[in-house]
Amino acid sequence: MTAAALRPELRDPLARRRLGRAVAAAVVLWPLLRLSEFRPSTLFDPANLHVMATFVAGFLPPATNAEFLGFLLTATLQTLAMATAGMALAFVVALPLALAATRSLSVAAVGPAEGRWRGQGIRHGVRMLMVLLRSVPEVVWALMFVRALGLGPAAGVLALAITYGGMLAKVYAEILESADARPARALLAAGSGRVGALCFGLLPLAAQELVSYTVYRWECAVRAAVVMGFVGAGGLGQLLDQSLKMLSGGEVSSIALVFLALVFLADAISLALRKVLA
Amino acid sequence: MRARLRRVAGVASVAAVLVAVAASFAYLAVDFRGLFTAEGRHEMARFVAEFFPPDASPDFLRRAGFAALQTLAVSVLGTLIAMLAGGLLALPAAGRLGAAGKWGARFVLSFLRSMPELVWAALMVLAAGLGPFAGTLALALHTTGVLGRLFAESLENAAPAPEAALRELGAGPVARFVYGTLPQVAPQCVGYTLYRWEMNIRMATILGVVGAGGLGQMLYFHLSLFQQPQAATVLAGMIVLVVASDSLSGRIRRALSAQSH
Repeated sequence: MTAAALRPELRDPLARRRLGRAVAAAVVLWPLLRLSEFRPSTLFDPANLHVMATFVAGFLPPATNAEFLGFLLTATLQTLAMATAGMALAFVVALPLALAATRSLSVAAVGPAEGRWRGQGIRHGVRMLMVLLRSVPEVVWALMFVRALGLGPAAGVLALAITYGGMLAKVYAEILESADARPARALLAAGSGRVGALCFGLLPLAAQELVSYTVYRWECAVRAAVVMGFVGAGGLGQLLDQSLKMLSGGEVSSIALVFLALVFLADAISLALRKVLA
Repeated sequence: MRARLRRVAGVASVAAVLVAVAASFAYLAVDFRGLFTAEGRHEMARFVAEFFPPDASPDFLRRAGFAALQTLAVSVLGTLIAMLAGGLLALPAAGRLGAAGKWGARFVLSFLRSMPELVWAALMVLAAGLGPFAGTLALALHTTGVLGRLFAESLENAAPAPEAALRELGAGPVARFVYGTLPQVAPQCVGYTLYRWEMNIRMATILGVVGAGGLGQMLYFHLSLFQQPQAATVLAGMIVLVVASDSLSGRIRRALSAQSH
């Protein structure tokens, strides 16, 4: 080691820079570790270890009594229904927003037209609205709707409709704008309306991508629907939250198994749908 | 014939989707009409009005600022730990340590990945107690699964020639990897990590809902006590954090791609 350090041809030419960077990283990391109360020793605290050990020991066998399986089936159906209904509403929210935000459908871009500034203003406003809808995470929306509407899947459906509406609108607008704008422009220049230009100019080019993105989002919505249950929006998440609070390991492992199966199923359905529709 | 079959399948799946949507609304039996009646609208307006004006007293702002910093710290540390652990697991997952190691590592990675962060957080609160440490662990566990798979894919796609050349020269396995393959995959891995960090900031803001510290815990606390003005301040903090980190990481990624071209 020392011999290598003394022989100049074996010395790392970047040693000084690497040392400086390591020191800088340590200086930045230290306050982060303090802020996040980073104490790995708590993991080995006897009390925590005991709770965890009894809990994990309960994982096997998974709970299979008839009453619990009944709950599990209802919760699973509820989660799937929440994701599907939420996606349907999100689609309804996203469609007008995406159309309003798409530049390729601007009449003013074709030639001199009245309302050019108004059109631009509307597009900016719509884009701001889309950012606002997306930037609050769906769990937070769900938390708020649970306060406003009470416990249950309604809160989850609305939360999905809002965040996924904003997300779909943004991506739809991007997909529509990345398609070749000339057919739509030609239609607009020939005097067609915006809807006509969309249906015959843009959609034929972009339909595949739009459909496959929507189906992919549904898959994400299934996962999000599970997570939103944690704040009281029903379905598998709420069941999991209850079982965790009761430290019932068998129930938790059953729910986790169903959850994994659901994710794989959603994956398979979405793959099949994309193949058929695209 | 084939085209016709495709069309039938297409129509059938569109019909299936419509039926599924109708069945979902029917199964949930949610009555959204309540939202649009005069009374419902009035209720909603009152609920929203309770959030204004947000609590802007210096003392509360200081606490919210601290929670925002905590959220930021959780996201950075969780992502860093995941980068290291994902890198370690990616080596066997890319098939460098034999077939058994490959399938073992892949199984671990996909298990870590398939549990959502919030579920990990609920479990980690049991294992490590309430607080941001549980959130850090939860983020690290899920992100390890995601990054490990992406890193393994980059490793598999890296060109084998540099390593082979070093082997010919008699370099050991560590030196072969560090000087032959790592420089090829490092930029892509850093890019993936930055992208995940951006998502983890969002995630870290909500992990607190199950007791894992930061802005989420504050939001849950104040909403539970029906202190809407305080909750409004925390919400504003979340939006600022998310929008700022989005634009920052966008700028970093643009700078990185400008450098590499």
